[in-house]
Amino acid sequence: MALDQADANAAHVDHTAMGIAHEHPTWSVYWKVAVILTILTALEVWVYYIPSIVATHWFVPILLVLAAAKFVIVVLFYMHLRYDHRLFRALFTGPLLIAMSTIVALLFLFGHLVIK
Amino acid sequence: MANPAAALEHHGHPPTTTGLDNKKVAIWAFIGSECMLFASLISTYLIYKGRSVHGPFPHLVCSPPLCDKVMPAVLDIPVTSISTFVLLVSSLAMVLALAAVENADKPKHTMGEKILGNSRLWLFMTALLGTTFLGFQAYEFTSFVHKGLTIQTNLFGSSFFTLTGFHGAHVTAGVLWLLTLLAIDFKRGLKPKDALIVDICALYWHFVDVVWVAIFTLVYLIH
Repeated sequence: MALDQADANAAHVDHTAMGIAHEHPTWSVYWKVAVILTILTALEVWVYYIPSIVATHWFVPILLVLAAAKFVIVVLFYMHLRYDHRLFRALFTGPLLIAMSTIVALLFLFGHLVIK
Repeated sequence: MANPAAALEHHGHPPTTTGLDNKKVAIWAFIGSECMLFASLISTYLIYKGRSVHGPFPHLVCSPPLCDKVMPAVLDIPVTSISTFVLLVSSLAMVLALAAVENADKPKHTMGEKILGNSRLWLFMTALLGTTFLGFQAYEFTSFVHKGLTIQTNLFGSSFFTLTGFHGAHVTAGVLWLLTLLAIDFKRGLKPKDALIVDICALYWHFVDVVWVAIFTLVYLIH
């Protein structure tokens, strides 16, 4: 019985304890992600050079959405968070949410979003 | 039916209570703490943005009396766009290096498979691209100093050099880490059992990349 449990533990170690998930993306997925990231970066720079967009209120939100998309794509596919254990997701998203909340809070307190 | 001793010998370490490797848990915890560090640096930059009394300024031309003479906006978006692209490509090289190590034991028949399966090539490419990014940063810092912007000049200079300097230091550490892996690969060859150490380095490298994604937008593009 104890050996069966050890067997089960060993199998568990083999799959997850090494930190290597079952299904990492294939090479073709990595290349597609790289192309998407390049397009998003080009789009960001293009938006920066279009005065009619820069003059609108949409300029900053567009850039933030594009940056967030790049951020999420890298984290999900290159850092394999989409495929990895949920504890890793929690270890990253928890502090990330705190960090983002801190930035927003500080901007409201001292920055350009200050409440008067 | 495997016995625990055999399992331990085979996998190189005992099973943990979480069933996860401690090293990988540690790197994710470290990355989480790094999120906080860069959040503090980014928020400092954003709070001080537009509050410099003296020029030069990031996006605006500076004229007397705010500057001794007319000074152009210091940020060079085309150059930084190229360095951003370089860092994104380095992330691609990094995942290809990891995939090559994971599949090191699989037979490779075609030239494409041999190139994609060459971990030394991709580790070297990642380190080279990281070094190229650092070269761009050195060029940028030097040109800023020539334009009259140092870390002591104004609030923009202080917060900008601190933020991007910290990021550059992280990239430098990543390049050294990559070169260490490359040396190991040349010495004894990285096998699938070594995939975890490459994965941990890759996680750090991609994190450095996503931090730059945020910096590029918040510091360089938004004005």
